[in-house]
Amino acid sequence: MSTALTCKDIRVDFDGFTAVDGVDLELDRGEVHFLIGPNGAGKTTLVDAITGLAKYTGSVVKDGEELRGKKVHHIARRGIGRTFQTATVFESLTVAQNLDIAAGAGRSPWSLLRRRKHLPENVVATMERIGLGDAAETPAGILAHGQKQWLEIGMLLVGDADVLLLDEPIAGMGHDERETTGRLLHDIAADRAVAVVEHDMDFMRAFASRVTVLHAGAVLASGSVDEVSGDPRVQEVYLGTAHEPEALDAATA
Amino acid sequence: MKFFSTRAGTWTGFAAAALVLFGLAPLVLSGFRLGLLAQFLCYAIVAVGIGLAWGRGGMLTLGQGVFFGMGAYLMAMHLKMADAEFRGGPGAVPDFMELAGIRELPGYWVPFTSPVFTIAAILLLPTGFAVLLGFAVFKRRVKGAYFAILSQALAGAFAILLIGQQTLGGFNGLSRFRYFFGFNLADPVNQQMLYFIAAGALLVVMAVALQLRRSRYGELLVAVRDGEERVRFLGYDAANIKVVAYAAAALFASIAGAIFVPVVGIISPASIGIIPSIMFILGVAIGGRASLAGPVIGALAVAWAQTALSEQFPSAWTYAQGLLFIAVIALLPGGIASVGALARRLPSKPTAVEAAA
Repeated sequence: MSTALTCKDIRVDFDGFTAVDGVDLELDRGEVHFLIGPNGAGKTTLVDAITGLAKYTGSVVKDGEELRGKKVHHIARRGIGRTFQTATVFESLTVAQNLDIAAGAGRSPWSLLRRRKHLPENVVATMERIGLGDAAETPAGILAHGQKQWLEIGMLLVGDADVLLLDEPIAGMGHDERETTGRLLHDIAADRAVAVVEHDMDFMRAFASRVTVLHAGAVLASGSVDEVSGDPRVQEVYLGTAHEPEALDAATA
Repeated sequence: MKFFSTRAGTWTGFAAAALVLFGLAPLVLSGFRLGLLAQFLCYAIVAVGIGLAWGRGGMLTLGQGVFFGMGAYLMAMHLKMADAEFRGGPGAVPDFMELAGIRELPGYWVPFTSPVFTIAAILLLPTGFAVLLGFAVFKRRVKGAYFAILSQALAGAFAILLIGQQTLGGFNGLSRFRYFFGFNLADPVNQQMLYFIAAGALLVVMAVALQLRRSRYGELLVAVRDGEERVRFLGYDAANIKVVAYAAAALFASIAGAIFVPVVGIISPASIGIIPSIMFILGVAIGGRASLAGPVIGALAVAWAQTALSEQFPSAWTYAQGLLFIAVIALLPGGIASVGALARRLPSKPTAVEAAA
């Protein structure tokens, strides 16, 4: 296991409100790393900071290179991909076109001005991998909710991102889709670092290799699922009693 | 409609358009009507560019009059210089300057004696300006209504700037051209040639727009329109993608302006300000901004309706124009071009949804 991304002392200030307050985070290849915490804990803001959307102090280093201050598309080019809470795909384009665009950030202007003759190999392979092999020519706008989220993950894969930051990838999914997504995450984490922002405790227990709990913008605890759920401070602010997570699940389902 | 997106369909569509423009129209239309059609074709060329920038790229370019005007004035300057040289030999001052009491030719007019310089300027100057402006605007992520207002204000400012320029004819603009690259503009044969130039330019511009739409760039442009942030997070600089479409639209408008001048015989600030710029948009909206042929059909229809109606009821056109716009936006947001698709979709709508689920 090797470290793919190192964040040190990340601090995000919105006009005096500190959304993220000195967070250290390491994402390792081969791990599905869950970021959990109550609403307003700063999970999404942390992802925004790493990907260049929110201004921050501190440092984010990938492959020995400091990423703070770089533009969004430069950070993306360095292999950091993210998804959004609501799946963001290009609705009027087909699944194949969505993936082809995602695969092409390095294309020359000349090749952009020509017609696509055939799909790149990794696009075809990824389409199978995310279960959309039969939907190549389907407009992304009419895909089922879960399929859109898979497509968005697929778009990061064809773009050769090796750090994936996924914001609630199973929101609104049914039970089978969650299982499939969980297995997909472990499959793609084999040679990548995957971070998942999630509310769903059952999903976290089933698929997390490592968990970081955020509370009020700071890291409360970090470790394996068992270590974290055994931590009394975590139980106090978030997990509560043994029954509460299920209630939370029922509410989000 | 589906047929026209295939390779054979594309050729059929272009062949049919060429047949109508080059075969049918000169046969059935009088010289005067053909001249009007040539003028409308110039508007259609502008519309193709707007269809690209707005329909595909989501940039509501409310100020295409700027680029149309640049092309038109650049061409008009050359024609005036050529006329002056013909009358009074090298270094002569164009007639309108003599009337205004300007005895010495302003320095910036001198290069326009050269036809090559003029054509290069028509192709490069407005495009270059669009690239600079595009970078300044899109890198700062100015978009939506802000971009629309900005581009409209630019058209207004450009027209006001021109009104103040006595060496460009001021409020009256430039007119009374006699020769077009050596051809006498009073000769009906040469007027027909200008019509053919306009028709040819329209087909070329449509072919370029088609290639841009069908290329990977075209897919990317739609992606930027529908999800600019997503595109950025995939590692693209969305501003660059928008600049290309914006510059192409500016180039098309400039070419249209340059052809408009010898066809119509006058260019003045009134033809390039805010109101003409909105007219360009109107035609595109009515025709259907997202399709290739829609903007062309819309621009021709609006220009034709304007001429026909204002010949019959001079004061009614403005109201008819407003009604038409409201009707299309309310009932047919995809424009005239979407009528076919709409008719096909209506009976089969429920099944389409089922297939999606």
